[in-house]
Amino acid sequence: MFRDRAKSPPRHGPEQQPVPGRGGRLTPAQVYSRHSHGLEEFFQSLGSQPGLNVLDWAGVSQANVDFITGRGNRLYSEDFYRLLEMHFGPGDWYASQQDPARVESFLDAVLGFPSACFDAALLWDMLEYLAPPLLEAVLARLNDAVKPGGYLLAIFHADEKIERVPVYQYRIAGPDTLWLSLRAMRAPAKLFNNRDIEKLFRHARALKFFLTRDHLREVIVRR
Amino acid sequence: MWKRREEELPARPSSPPVPEPVREAPPPPPAKPSEPELPRGVAAIGKSVKIKGQIFSREDLYLDGEVEGTIEVPEHRLTVGPHGRLQASVKAREVVVLGSVNGNVEAAEKIDIRKEAKLVGDIKTGRIIIEDGAYFKGSIDIVREQPKAQAPQQPARGPAPPAQPAPSAPPGAAVQQASAAPNPSGDPKR
Repeated sequence: MFRDRAKSPPRHGPEQQPVPGRGGRLTPAQVYSRHSHGLEEFFQSLGSQPGLNVLDWAGVSQANVDFITGRGNRLYSEDFYRLLEMHFGPGDWYASQQDPARVESFLDAVLGFPSACFDAALLWDMLEYLAPPLLEAVLARLNDAVKPGGYLLAIFHADEKIERVPVYQYRIAGPDTLWLSLRAMRAPAKLFNNRDIEKLFRHARALKFFLTRDHLREVIVRR
Repeated sequence: MWKRREEELPARPSSPPVPEPVREAPPPPPAKPSEPELPRGVAAIGKSVKIKGQIFSREDLYLDGEVEGTIEVPEHRLTVGPHGRLQASVKAREVVVLGSVNGNVEAAEKIDIRKEAKLVGDIKTGRIIIEDGAYFKGSIDIVREQPKAQAPQQPARGPAPPAQPAPSAPPGAAVQQASAAPNPSGDPKR
């Protein structure tokens, strides 16, 4: 299971390894690498066209900057989870997400983009930490910010019985490899099955699911 | 007996004082630097300084105070110290950020964002180094090196910064231009 994998080596891909970085905050126990077909397919879908604008919600990291700009693309980096914490924490995170004033402030800070300014967006598992009204609002803004025909990559936990999930920072180690560093454990607002995800992205042109061996659903959405 | 000796003691000051050998005062200890020592040739703006306007430097610049406006260090390095607070657009050959920057940054060669730094703005640079723990919100545009064939056309003063969009303007206008420039080209706005 995804949560358990944070404590034990992954079943496929390289063994646990520390993410290189000069800050030295991470330890091998907090980081693991995993193979990601979704990531591989996502970047294959984008093709080799340089100059694409890619939104990344993982928060800035050398790995993501190097990988995305190394493809000749332009990265827009946002630490979505940190901004969620800033706007809705501490206290009851999901109750705070019902407050219209806070929601509006959050949306303006995080998704105040012009229409159709991104070719692709890496959302990771951030949608799971949004209560329904905020989730709908975020998706509406994203729908506006990403060009028609653009791609999104989202990740959902497939085990619908877990109560708390690890919040990771996702780092791109290669075209099909992710490094995950643990940030926190948190109860998700909702766990999504395939039907829920289809409903969530009902306006999308196409959806592609990858059910991974570590109980995740990686979903590529074509806007 | 003990008492008599005590009574004798006050009489001593009346005797002429024995001159003590003159001792030179020890040299004052060198002042402990409260700030990191700067190499020679680096202009520094301290943490208690606040500037509004335009800064142009032809030497390396260490900035640990507050600046609102524009900063240009086209052929040298700009270091924003840990207390530095910039509300400014920045152009430099090389930028190192340890403090806080709110504004667009153009670093012709490289930008180095250290772990305690906070940068909100769009970055245009040849190379970027980001430490874990740094906060960044904005876009990163890596500008590939110009082909060498263009080098002879550059002035003899040395390597020139990437294409400057416009001649220097008043500070307010420069800031406004920097923040508004990306949007027409489809850049995301913050």
